[in-house]
Amino acid sequence: MLELIDICFTRDHKKILDHVNLQLEKEKFYAITGPNGSGKSTLAKIIMGIEKPDSGRILLDGIDITEKTIDERAKLGFGFAFQQPVCFKGITVFDLLKIATGKEIKKQEACSILSKVGLCALNYIDREVNNSLSGGELKRIEIATILARNPKIAIFDEPEAGIDLWSFRSLNRVFQQVQQANQGITLVISHQEKILNIADWIILMEEGKINKIDTKNNMISCIFQEAKCCIGGGSDA
Amino acid sequence: MHKVEKHLLDELLQDDIEKADVYNLRQNGHLVKRKENPYIHIRSKEDGSGIDIEVLPDTLFGVIDIPVIITESGLTDIVYNDFYIGKNANVTIVAGCGIHNHAEQSSRHDGIHRFFLEENAKVRYIERHYAEGKGEGKKVLNPTTEVSLKKNAYLMMDTIQLKGVDESVRLTKANVEDGATLVINEKILTSQNQKATTDFQVVLRGGNASCHVVSRSVARDNSYQEFSSNIIGKDQCYGHVECDAIIQDKARVKAIPEIDAQSVDANLVHEATIGKIAGSQLVKLMTLGLSEKEAEEVIIQGFLK
Repeated sequence: MLELIDICFTRDHKKILDHVNLQLEKEKFYAITGPNGSGKSTLAKIIMGIEKPDSGRILLDGIDITEKTIDERAKLGFGFAFQQPVCFKGITVFDLLKIATGKEIKKQEACSILSKVGLCALNYIDREVNNSLSGGELKRIEIATILARNPKIAIFDEPEAGIDLWSFRSLNRVFQQVQQANQGITLVISHQEKILNIADWIILMEEGKINKIDTKNNMISCIFQEAKCCIGGGSDA
Repeated sequence: MHKVEKHLLDELLQDDIEKADVYNLRQNGHLVKRKENPYIHIRSKEDGSGIDIEVLPDTLFGVIDIPVIITESGLTDIVYNDFYIGKNANVTIVAGCGIHNHAEQSSRHDGIHRFFLEENAKVRYIERHYAEGKGEGKKVLNPTTEVSLKKNAYLMMDTIQLKGVDESVRLTKANVEDGATLVINEKILTSQNQKATTDFQVVLRGGNASCHVVSRSVARDNSYQEFSSNIIGKDQCYGHVECDAIIQDKARVKAIPEIDAQSVDANLVHEATIGKIAGSQLVKLMTLGLSEKEAEEVIIQGFLK
């Protein structure tokens, strides 16, 4: 179980996260949603160790990991798919997938991972992960690095953004694969009803706080029928 | 061949020198061994200052190795090598210099290479520079490359200096005629107190002449790099120069771009980027399990690949 206890994070005199408490259980799919600037991405980055909370603690199976660095958390089984994938000069898709798996893999294995995110592997495996790839292609490669890692705690920050022709059904299949492989925790930040629909639990954030946590069935009606106006799109804090 | 010499050659050449179709090995200012074939001839210049390499017209797929190694401390070796590439020939030339200097006096090699490519000739030119040795003696390499490309000729040059060279001044001059193409890929890594200067001077003289220069460099510690380029377009032509540097520690990198369009149909582009490794790149690789130091190395290795 992953526990966030009383997490606070303030920047430029603005409370981005305000005393957040959250418990995430194994074998569960959580979706975080909420308006822009509600603190969703910051919360995900704090879980991965990319941002450090001003106060509060993070426990993994009862062990305090608040001070663990990003790579230490990666080795503990955390994986993070960025909202905006990073480009590299000279590093190929194959290089990145090798790093992600943490071992020497053959191209065939890398191709098999790529095909799971809907990319025709032979066209991509030796290409550099740079701006010559489209936003959608970069996004799929980003998701492929998570598949390659097979994390116990998989975090996806707006994975649907920029996914062009690839269907949400395929994206949802990826989430299921990651979760089934490890019986772990999947945490997805999303505004998309189709993604929220496959979640076990939906977490609604507003103004740096967790406004509500409920099952998919109870929450979806609330979000999409009664409170449509509270859902935004685009980048987050 | 001794272990030191073999190691230097391994650093310079892609393959065993004996596997080349033609080669000329120079050590400490003297010829060690040479191999020719009926299509590619090597002659020593009469004054002993270097060699002339002649590739006959229509010669295809020849590999020519021209390495220089210096194992004597205090030696200054200046060599003039001229390459005459006949019409429609297509060859690969691997050159460069390796210095092993464990002593106190400086060792220096100035290699002046001139390329004369006839119509439709095609050359892939790989030039590596490497130095080693813990003594106080400096390892200095000053390569000069002069290129003349006749109609529709093509020269692709990879120039690589990744380790051990204390000082280098690299000058590349080219004259590119109708329909000819010059492509240069430069990779440089400097560390400690090393200095590396690069200067590209290209004249795109003919219609549809083109030139692409990509320089990627990493400057570490207290090292200093200076990149300058001057591309002149005299006709309908395309010139593109990209200087991309990663700077670390207390290093300094200076880029001086110059493009000079002397024709309304000249299309010249210069891009220069100098900066530290992007934090987002480090973070991404760390989320894949690499430490910050490991991530930094992977990024630099990829950048200079």
